Amino acid sequence: MEYKDYYKVLGVDRDATQDDIKRAYRKLARKYHPDVSKEVDAEKKFKEVGEAYEVLKDPEKRAAYDQLGSRYQAGEDFQPPPGWDSGFEFRGGGFTEAGGGFSDFFEELFGRQGTAGSYRRGSYNAKGEDHHARIEVDLDVAFTGGSRQVTLKAPQVDASGHMVVKNRTLNVKIPKGIREGQQIRLSGQGAPGMGQGAQGDLYLEVHFRPHRLYSVEARDLTLHLPVAPWEAALGATVKTPTPVGAVDLKIPAGSQSGKRMRLKGRGIPGDPAGDLYVTLKIVNPPTDDDAAMALYREMAEKLHFNPREKLGVAL
Amino acid sequence: MSDEPMVTGTLIRETSVVSLGDLSRACGEPADWVLALVEEGVIEPQRSSSGQWTFNGRCLRRAVRVHRLQRDLGINLSGAALALELLDEMETLRRRVQQLERIL
Repeated sequence: MEYKDYYKVLGVDRDATQDDIKRAYRKLARKYHPDVSKEVDAEKKFKEVGEAYEVLKDPEKRAAYDQLGSRYQAGEDFQPPPGWDSGFEFRGGGFTEAGGGFSDFFEELFGRQGTAGSYRRGSYNAKGEDHHARIEVDLDVAFTGGSRQVTLKAPQVDASGHMVVKNRTLNVKIPKGIREGQQIRLSGQGAPGMGQGAQGDLYLEVHFRPHRLYSVEARDLTLHLPVAPWEAALGATVKTPTPVGAVDLKIPAGSQSGKRMRLKGRGIPGDPAGDLYVTLKIVNPPTDDDAAMALYREMAEKLHFNPREKLGVAL
Repeated sequence: MSDEPMVTGTLIRETSVVSLGDLSRACGEPADWVLALVEEGVIEPQRSSSGQWTFNGRCLRRAVRVHRLQRDLGINLSGAALALELLDEMETLRRRVQQLERIL
């Protein structure tokens, strides 16, 4: 397995004080918390930072970890030497709420000593905890419905009292009309209950990946549609894309860039369906076209048009 | 294609309602904790026909988020409430920036 340099993860020196470590952890936790950070690997970094703190904040674990010595590099192949933790007894601490999802490195060194404490909730016959997970889907799924595979890591205590992380894959139906942030509740897919308690539920929070063309807000989509100057000036019927195929759009004569048009019911399906808002953007034909340039010159000569008139500057 | 059996869940719509008990359980917290959220103005209950409190999908999402912020970052309730409002505003602004950047 890979060696983890917990000091490096928190960005502190090996002789950092417990206060230094706490401060460093708090700052990084705020930075990478998945609810706060938009970075792609925020959750991974958050867990990494949490694991480093789990070890370094506990004087016993920290001392044992330091015993391994500082000669290993992060990521280097590693096996704990026999008796590396002799003399250490890991009491208390247990696991933080974000239990499970610890690296192999952590499990190998500290997994056995941890208590199954995070599950000591209330009475012996209790319904299992509800779990939450995020899934990312493409916008098209909202229009057609579909299914997605979700892999979950479920920490469990096995028969011999060890913490193991079991991977579970579910094939989840994503209904048509799903919206950003909506939750799908899967009964009985959460944590196992205690004693005779039922299994908890799993809530999947659905998020859309950014789309190349459309912005999404609730059920409405927004699209910037390029149009030619003559299409805008003279009016035209043009084809505009939608997530389920192109449709005709009638552009009124005298349109300008920035004009917003509404295609009712072309947004995310539902009751009522959302709308597709199209914002016109006038674009010029390329300037390597001689015919176009000739026409531009003619317009420049014949049209007396000052686009900057309202700014108070003359031509 | 997957050979895992398909699992169908219940979609929690904006108009869906969950009970006080469901909400507490979803966050792994006692009912008192949910009440504190209502008092702080983070979520608003509605009343069912039998007079019981119910919460919609938006409330569920907000409550779960507050719980995670409290649990993971040690923020107190008012801090988490403010954080939620600021995060929402940032989402809106990010979306607008994204839209505007497409024009350029």
